[in-house]
Amino acid sequence: MRNEHTLRAKIRTLADYAATGIAVFSTVLVVAPLVAIFIYLVYKGAVSLNWDFFTKVPKPVGEAGGGMANAIAGSAILLGLGSLIGIPIGIGGGVFLAEFGRGTRLANAVRFTADVLNGVPSIVMGIAIYSLVVVPQGHFSAFSGGVVLGVMMIPTVCRTTEEMLLMVPNSVREAALALGVPNWRSVVAITVRTASPGIITGCMLAFARVAGETAPLIFTAFGNGDWSARLNEPIAALPLQIYVYALSPYDEWHRLAWAGALVLIILIVLAVSLVRYVTSRGVLKGAS
Amino acid sequence: MPDPSPHDGDPQAEVAPHPVSAIRSFLLTRGNSALADRGFHWLMVLCALSIFGIVVLIAAELVLRSRLAWGQFGLDFFYKAYIDTYTGLPMYWDPVNAHFSALPFLYGTIVSSFLALLLAVPLAIGVAVFLTEMCPGALRGPLAFITELLAAIPSVIYGMWAVFVLVPLLREHVNPWFIKLLGWTGFFADDNPTGLGFVSAGIILAIMILPIISSLTREVMTAVPHSQREAVLALGATRWEMIRTGVLRNARIGIVGAIILGLGRALGETMAVAMVIGNSPEIHRSLLANGSTMSSVIANEFAEASSDLHLSALMELGMALFIVTIIVNAFARLLIWAVTRGTPSSAH
Repeated sequence: MRNEHTLRAKIRTLADYAATGIAVFSTVLVVAPLVAIFIYLVYKGAVSLNWDFFTKVPKPVGEAGGGMANAIAGSAILLGLGSLIGIPIGIGGGVFLAEFGRGTRLANAVRFTADVLNGVPSIVMGIAIYSLVVVPQGHFSAFSGGVVLGVMMIPTVCRTTEEMLLMVPNSVREAALALGVPNWRSVVAITVRTASPGIITGCMLAFARVAGETAPLIFTAFGNGDWSARLNEPIAALPLQIYVYALSPYDEWHRLAWAGALVLIILIVLAVSLVRYVTSRGVLKGAS
Repeated sequence: MPDPSPHDGDPQAEVAPHPVSAIRSFLLTRGNSALADRGFHWLMVLCALSIFGIVVLIAAELVLRSRLAWGQFGLDFFYKAYIDTYTGLPMYWDPVNAHFSALPFLYGTIVSSFLALLLAVPLAIGVAVFLTEMCPGALRGPLAFITELLAAIPSVIYGMWAVFVLVPLLREHVNPWFIKLLGWTGFFADDNPTGLGFVSAGIILAIMILPIISSLTREVMTAVPHSQREAVLALGATRWEMIRTGVLRNARIGIVGAIILGLGRALGETMAVAMVIGNSPEIHRSLLANGSTMSSVIANEFAEASSDLHLSALMELGMALFIVTIIVNAFARLLIWAVTRGTPSSAH
């Protein structure tokens, strides 16, 4: 009887150890690919990162040298356009959810739709915008690429804005109203302003997410081997160029693709770290 | 403190009812800015409604543009192949003869997504358990940050890494073992020397969906009240028994939600899959064979579609993907809400 008891206790302790071991092992296994990807990126990309990469356009096949300056500029234009579309609408939606619609059925529906929209694959967004913008226009364009990225930013911006606004204490709103400030000004100049570090963080998060989007750009922005700053012409984009070059058979292009990937990942890691830093410091420390 | 990735399965959907105080409603009714206030209000409503508008527009465009293929093939599109009269072999996707069937892409999407879930789910739960219940405090922050970074890496970079590192690795060192040990099952046939295929796609997808499953699992696990853990421990349970009966069992609906959300991601993931799955519209029993998914075929063929019917068939694939991901996502959100409702999302 007693023996049985100790045996059971032993088995239970062993199971406990085993579970701990498995959990630790899976964590290591998950961290490993990230570390592997980073090391490989730096190892492959760093050698090709030079001044030319940031200042020159790609050379024709077979010639050494060249860079991805046009793709970087193109990405900047696309992301700027996307932010111009996505951020105001997203913030507006968030303001509605937090300031006007609290608890209403409409707000719940909007919130749910935003979450669902977030899960729609980017490629589906791409073909929808293709038929909405590219088909009527008759050609691929930077504008359509910007629209796709903007639309994809909306749900993220909207939901973070709402969350940040909910953290602003009600007394602040009431104080503003008591001073005779119209409601709209109190929202814009007091509530949104108080929550602005958090809202900016949300925008950056959305920005970082769409910065690496490739799939919807294939048939909207399309890519361009040369400089282009016109919104109604195809334009190069960094992730798109990486995709094309990575699948090409030329070593020179692989080299550029690695360097491009390194640049992209550094940008994204910077954005995510900054977000992390801001949020861990307590966004609204002074206000709440 | 807000979760740094609130867009991923935020549970704060059920915002506590927030009655406007008497003072505030009094203050709101006076003053002479009623017009400006109303204008501002409606502007914000417009922004919010535009989110509906986007979903409706996407749906409308997809329906409109896929009408041609729908009219031509109807429901056959999703389950029928046609037999080539010369070779006697089933053909699925044949732009030259204008015959299209979604079957190989449905198959590819399902197989690659389930492979990914098979690999990612145990690992993700392991990570979540480690981070919430076992991890020393000093490690928790950095490890959570690393899993977040994993989610932020663009698909195309995963794809590129897979093409240059993962696929050669599998081809040279892993696949031979599969073929030797499990070749007799027919699932690991030795007829594809490229290393591209379902296994490669499944592995890279698993790496990509791991962060979302693990961070949401973590969230629902932290939503389990501490009293549950303490009660189980007080009965003399070991730590693992506490986690199993006190935490995982209480959080299981939310964990299922997290897994389904991961599935939603895997179904729609495009670039990395398109780069490693081999892109052939065929159905093979072997997991090492080339395949194609709904999203990867759109990415590959859309810009160069040869005919209106081809384009329309691709649109119909997109519509199917849209409907499936919407259902999957909505279902997952509901499950997660059911668990985390009432607890603040930041109860770390």
